[in-house]
Amino acid sequence: MNSALAQSTSDAPPAALRSSGPVFGSNPQLNDKGELLHLLSLDGLPKHILLHILDTAHSFVGVTDREVKKLPLLRGKSVFNLFFENSTRTRTTFEIAAKRLSADVINLNINTSSTSKGETLLDTVDNLSAMHADMFIVRHASSGAPHLIARHVASHLHVINAGDGRHAHPTQGLLDLYTIRHYKKEFTNLSVAIVGDLLHSRVARSLINGLTTLGVPDVRAIGPKTLMPAGVEKLGVHVFNDMKKGLAGCDVVVMLRLQNERMKGPLLPSAQEFFLSYGLTPEKLALAKPDAIVMHPGPMNRGVEIDSAVADGPRSVILPQVTFGIAVRMAVMSILAGN
Amino acid sequence: MTATARLPDAEALCAELLRQLRPQVGPDTGMVGIVTGGAWLAERLHRELGLATPLGTLDVSYYRDDFERTGLKKQVRPSQIPFDVQGRPILLVDDVLYTGRTVRAAMNELFDYGRPASIDLAVLVDRGGRELPIAARYAGGEFQVPAGKVLMLERAQHGNGGGGALALRLADQRRPREGATPA
Repeated sequence: MNSALAQSTSDAPPAALRSSGPVFGSNPQLNDKGELLHLLSLDGLPKHILLHILDTAHSFVGVTDREVKKLPLLRGKSVFNLFFENSTRTRTTFEIAAKRLSADVINLNINTSSTSKGETLLDTVDNLSAMHADMFIVRHASSGAPHLIARHVASHLHVINAGDGRHAHPTQGLLDLYTIRHYKKEFTNLSVAIVGDLLHSRVARSLINGLTTLGVPDVRAIGPKTLMPAGVEKLGVHVFNDMKKGLAGCDVVVMLRLQNERMKGPLLPSAQEFFLSYGLTPEKLALAKPDAIVMHPGPMNRGVEIDSAVADGPRSVILPQVTFGIAVRMAVMSILAGN
Repeated sequence: MTATARLPDAEALCAELLRQLRPQVGPDTGMVGIVTGGAWLAERLHRELGLATPLGTLDVSYYRDDFERTGLKKQVRPSQIPFDVQGRPILLVDDVLYTGRTVRAAMNELFDYGRPASIDLAVLVDRGGRELPIAARYAGGEFQVPAGKVLMLERAQHGNGGGGALALRLADQRRPREGATPA
């Protein structure tokens, strides 16, 4: 399934559009020395790079406790937040992360600017490059947009995918991995259940890729058949349509947002019906291990995929996820900037 | 390697450094070792001097001036300063003093924790070659390092909390010197 997604996005730009950008090998995110140049997807990223990001993030967590909550790593660099799709949490945490690294941050809400006047994506990028951008944080409704930009830009520029269509949301996947490691220490003995609308979820794809690479032996995908991507088993997950069976004995429960805005046609009878079958209630959570943690990438639909008693309960680590997201994004940005 | 024979004995340098430091440190002194060699040395000095304030460690990777060229490759340990830097006399400890760039990075990082009353520098060996106006107030000794070599501190694997014997070693420089090199 992932290769299918990659195919739909791998149309190379015409040669004339390719500037002095790097020649991409098998993984467009890595340079010829195997170092991370862009973060586009967790698919195909080697374990040592994932662990380097998580370890680096860990070293950033304490910065918040200091008198000066800044590090000079990106001093003098310009980070452009290019959000072609709305976001509050992701954009804000990227902005905070870049500022903690002493970068200058420019936030562009493209919906209300040039694109609406007819400018193409690559023209927008070229114009911002001409303003001496060093890094682009890109969110786009089309799968593959950050990939296209990464292929297009000059080699000193770095691109981070902040969510593209249904494809990937690698920094969310990484902060989920960081959160799991923080609470569970090891990956190799875990059962992780991902529940809900996997069909529209770029978060789920990134997380499954990361969990698999880090050696999680049991990844479960739980949801109705209509919201389960075709061929999801090929990613190495066990599919459950019965949530109660799927939750039994798991260590981590990741709830996904029901993405009504992306649904075309009738996939569900109603949100209430969905909650009855797939909403995480205290009763259903009781089937998981007693020390299981509950995660959600946000924004939450209370009473649709998650009950407030769980979301606000003692096993919820939903708000720590947000906090860890800052350190994880700092790690990604500082590693890219150094390569 | 003939130079190895002439290498100073790290334990003797450490004893000399202790002799210099003893009359100078007080209960307020906040000792900070620079990872990794400086932190090993600081562990030893801190224990021998019986300092009341807990020992701090700095990993200055995020403050280096050669980040652009070298990037973030190695595992960075979180810096740990378990005392209030504000208004405190700080004793910064490193193993080998060379260009002074590491010390500059360490001072920049320290100031992000607060405004110290003073910062003094103690090193095991001063190998010369300074590229910045930085000097050690306390040094165990001096040593001329042959061209193309780096001087490194090693610590014997040995538990007991404080680690084992210290030793100096000459190693080949990893990459050719282009302008400034970290020391």
